[in-house]
Amino acid sequence: MPSSMSSPSYGILGHDRGGAWFLAILVLVAVAVPVLNLAVPPSSAIHLSAFGITLIGKYLCYAMLALAVDLIWGYCGILSLGHAVFFSLGGYAMGMYLMRQIGPRGVYGDPILPDFMVFLNWKSLPWFWYGFNHFPFALAMMLVVPALLALVFGWFAFRSRVTGVYFSIITQALTYALMLAFFRNDMGFGGNNGFTDFKDILSFDLHSDKTRVVLFLFTALALGASYLACRGIVESRAGRVLRAIRDAESRTRFLGYPVESFKLWVFVFSAIIAGLAGALYVPQIGIINPSEFAPINSIEIVIWVAVGGRGTLYGAIAGAVLINYAKTYFTGVFPDAWLYALGALFVLVTLFLPRGIVGLVSTNRKTAAPLRVQAQKA
Amino acid sequence: MRQLHRGERWLFLLPLTLLGVASLYAQTAKDATFLSTLGELREATYSDKAHIVERLSQTGHRNLRQVLTAFMEGRLYYRNSDQHIFLAKTADEDPLSLIDPITLKSAGIAPNDTVTAIGTNNSLRAALRKTVARFALSSDDTEVRLDAVREMSRSLDEETTTLLRVQEKVEKNAGVKREIATALALAALDGTDAKARLDAVNTLKGSISQDVRNRLALLLGKSPDGAGFVESDKKIRDAAAAAVSNIDMWRNFYSGVETLFFGLSLGSVLVLIAIGLAITFGVVGVINMAHGELMMLGAYTTYVVQLAMPGHIGLSILVAVPAAFVVAGLIGVLMERTIIRFLYGRPLETLLATFGVSLILQQAVRSIFSALNRSVITPDWMSGSLRLNDALAITYNRLYIVIFTLIIFALSMLVLKRTRIGLDIRAVSQNRSMAKAMGIRTELVDAMTFGLGSGIAGVAGVALSQLTNVGPNLGQSYIIDSFLVVVFGGVGNLWGALIGGTSMGIVNKLLEPYAGAVLAKILVLVALILFIQIRPRGLFPPSGRAAEDK
Amino acid sequence: MNAARRKRLYLEDLTVSFDGFKALNNLNLYVDPGELLCIIGPNGAGKTTMMDVITGKTRPDSGTAYFGDAINLLQLSEAEIVAAGIGRKFQKPTVFEQLTVFENLELALAGSRSFLKTLRARISPAERKRIDEVLDIIGLSEHLGSLGRILAHGQKQWLEIGMLLMQNPELLLVDEPVAGMTPHEIEHTAELLLSLAGEHSIVVVEHDMHFVRSIAKRVTVLHEGQVIAEGDMDKVQQNPRVIEVYLGV
Repeated sequence: MPSSMSSPSYGILGHDRGGAWFLAILVLVAVAVPVLNLAVPPSSAIHLSAFGITLIGKYLCYAMLALAVDLIWGYCGILSLGHAVFFSLGGYAMGMYLMRQIGPRGVYGDPILPDFMVFLNWKSLPWFWYGFNHFPFALAMMLVVPALLALVFGWFAFRSRVTGVYFSIITQALTYALMLAFFRNDMGFGGNNGFTDFKDILSFDLHSDKTRVVLFLFTALALGASYLACRGIVESRAGRVLRAIRDAESRTRFLGYPVESFKLWVFVFSAIIAGLAGALYVPQIGIINPSEFAPINSIEIVIWVAVGGRGTLYGAIAGAVLINYAKTYFTGVFPDAWLYALGALFVLVTLFLPRGIVGLVSTNRKTAAPLRVQAQKA
Repeated sequence: MRQLHRGERWLFLLPLTLLGVASLYAQTAKDATFLSTLGELREATYSDKAHIVERLSQTGHRNLRQVLTAFMEGRLYYRNSDQHIFLAKTADEDPLSLIDPITLKSAGIAPNDTVTAIGTNNSLRAALRKTVARFALSSDDTEVRLDAVREMSRSLDEETTTLLRVQEKVEKNAGVKREIATALALAALDGTDAKARLDAVNTLKGSISQDVRNRLALLLGKSPDGAGFVESDKKIRDAAAAAVSNIDMWRNFYSGVETLFFGLSLGSVLVLIAIGLAITFGVVGVINMAHGELMMLGAYTTYVVQLAMPGHIGLSILVAVPAAFVVAGLIGVLMERTIIRFLYGRPLETLLATFGVSLILQQAVRSIFSALNRSVITPDWMSGSLRLNDALAITYNRLYIVIFTLIIFALSMLVLKRTRIGLDIRAVSQNRSMAKAMGIRTELVDAMTFGLGSGIAGVAGVALSQLTNVGPNLGQSYIIDSFLVVVFGGVGNLWGALIGGTSMGIVNKLLEPYAGAVLAKILVLVALILFIQIRPRGLFPPSGRAAEDK
Repeated sequence: MNAARRKRLYLEDLTVSFDGFKALNNLNLYVDPGELLCIIGPNGAGKTTMMDVITGKTRPDSGTAYFGDAINLLQLSEAEIVAAGIGRKFQKPTVFEQLTVFENLELALAGSRSFLKTLRARISPAERKRIDEVLDIIGLSEHLGSLGRILAHGQKQWLEIGMLLMQNPELLLVDEPVAGMTPHEIEHTAELLLSLAGEHSIVVVEHDMHFVRSIAKRVTVLHEGQVIAEGDMDKVQQNPRVIEVYLGV
């Protein structure tokens, strides 16, 4: 029926069962975490500690990051090995705001300059730190800076048709170069140590459980919203163009689609999600330093997505949470075994599980796309 | 194996020992006088010491220069227990490594508090310096004479000037002669005769030494009373100013040459790494993220080879090269047979799988050798530097790495262009199905190619072990740069690797003085991104299978 | 020039050389509106190069190429030529394997190609009707929900022709449509092309003489970058140059 075709999604999730599960679990977690922390007394066995909230919050930030990578890799075939750059830039923008919030409570007690600048004998705030004491401005920067870098970098890369492994290598180089840059003291971002010792956010004490719960809830909200936004993209005609680009780029170009522009849009959007994830990560973890830019971090994100199942958004999220849980567990119990396990995971997943865990679960089920069109025909 | 090895060492040392014993007997009488005179230093006052040094120098003993140099540098000790005199290898170490003053061989070690240093004061050291220099001037070794002249020219007085004048007449070596002329000219600058001063300035014009330049620049300054100049004669001042700018120009030129050489040596490391990458990418279309770790294995192989042959460090490097090739090459073949061959045609997946391998290799090395850096000893023939002139010295290890890279490059070219397997490799890279149809066993060729590329990575690791610390992270520090080389030079092309690597190394080093190391890296990256706007496929665009777009 | 004599495509004095080799040598060729023209010729005759020039992939050294009377193809980019109404089907079928037949056709719909527009695009009833029509023409109505990759070889070819039809091109360039097809599929393809002629101008390049005979009213023979014969199949087959080119040497 034409009427059902003009509204391609029936309900916000339609046939997306995995997505429905994911959102249900997310809501459940978003309810359970505050209750278990604030309402259950600390003496109880099921009380969730502040550490626990932070840990789950961290997983959710990583899930957003995985979502961002899956959007461009799983749906558009762009393998970015530098997405930690956008995450870190978002994190640094948030960090700058939090540093300005410390005010005169730093070790050196300077009302304006963060401790590390006093330590370096700087006399005044560098221009790029202006405005970061205002939260709205800082918030804008958390999204604009990653977006801008993605725009400029992507414009150059896509315009010259840098694709496939070439693109991957160049993004690796990008994150490596920025890591070196942020390690420098004279960059004005705290050098080696980065930013830490944050006190509060919007005048709420970062160390109180209530603030942590609220930050956690915002993270859950951001993850849910990013999920729906990504879904909106991949289920639209633009999403089908993206998949077309992934499978046969020159054919798509020949159909008249401006392939470069599609890639650029989705790359920038992905960078914004990554930046937001980084911005939410920093106040919860309490530190940001240049090691976040390390090339291996970006590659790890890719393996979360690969393990979960690229090309399904909830798969990427599941992969991120699962692997990071495993990492927390392994590095605690068998620290030496973790890199072996991670390395083996890379090899085994690419060899035996090209569609990830999701592919394993749904091998016998029909894929989503035909279901949708058949429904439309009916 | 160890046993046998120790035996060999003994065989090697035996003739030397015999020789040492024989000469000892022949020299005994002279040595005895020398030792007893030396012994007097223990109790002597500073003024006595000067006389003793004078008497020592009259013995003309062959070790005189070494012993007096040690004395001057505060490395002369006597052992509290038996009052025996020793030289120390390095002063103020604990424990000290002792050297016998007669045999000049190691005499074991001694804790600091069991020996007493024989002290010197300023005037004694000055006297020693002159004595040592005088002896050095009569040495047969040109290098020693050259050093002596340089040393003397730093503290010129009437006595040294006279010494140098005498030496100038008998000196045969042109280099030493020039150095003496410079020293004498420097001395003449203080003279009262304006003509002699002008001549001296003109002589010094041809020098490129920093000391000479500073000395000449001094003439141009205001005199201490502020009224006139240090050099009163305007003509001499003008000549000096011209000489200073002349020297500066040459020094700038040579420092430019030095920077170029640094760039070249950094570049050749990149070339060395990129050759292997180019081979694997060009033929099997695989970006091997574990390439850096194969290099790391090569470096560890060097370390293990040195452990296995501790007495032959110089030789061990030569043994390490084929050993590293085999180790890394075998791991490469293993990777290809077990993982990569299932992923052909899926470059992004291959990239991830090989990255997984790199993590496993890194962790394996941590488990076996610990996470700490291991030190690989640089053999004597690779340490030190080749001093070309006052302004330019080239360290041997960098020089050898440049040469080594050229050799490896030439060999790789030779293998690819002149051998049967090279022909097969090229055939497969250009048209796989056609090669297969012609009976080439493409599977075998893939494995061989991967082994070859990996083996060259291992060889690169041997070279790297001479430049940086050998640790589990060795591979990662260079690999990104060398990927950029491959992108710049054109994937899968050896000439691209050579030209791309050298130019990136040189550009990096040229930028460093102005931009700093990190900014230079970033600028290179930005320049590369701009470059691929114009030539998306690099300097030498690939042809054949790797080039085909899906 | 009166309306009846107006051509759909004018190629005049086209010359293309690669490293001294003349792939096209003063080629002159015209296509009438609604005509189904078959082009044959031995390998290296310049058939593919000619298609490349029309679609903007290759620029000629000299000569002119006009689409209708007003559109100078040599000044347009590949995408602009597509937008002007020239569709090309490549030799190797390339449909989007991970998209359904329906989605393949949807992407080929005429309409805005920008990211933001496609993000909000909904299929209008008219567009839906067009998709159904095309599905009907190419005989894939039953398969609209199937992924491209599970289609048979012939079905992929038809789907690709269908994708060209979605844009309602005035001129269709079809490169070896029946290579590798079963006789049954060939027959179906012939019907398909014949049904399209009239509404669209079609240029078919094909080696299969039997197939050409079954569809072509007019055949043009290319050899060494030049037209050596033109006319109906029988006339062309009796042309001594054609016989020489195909049978001689």
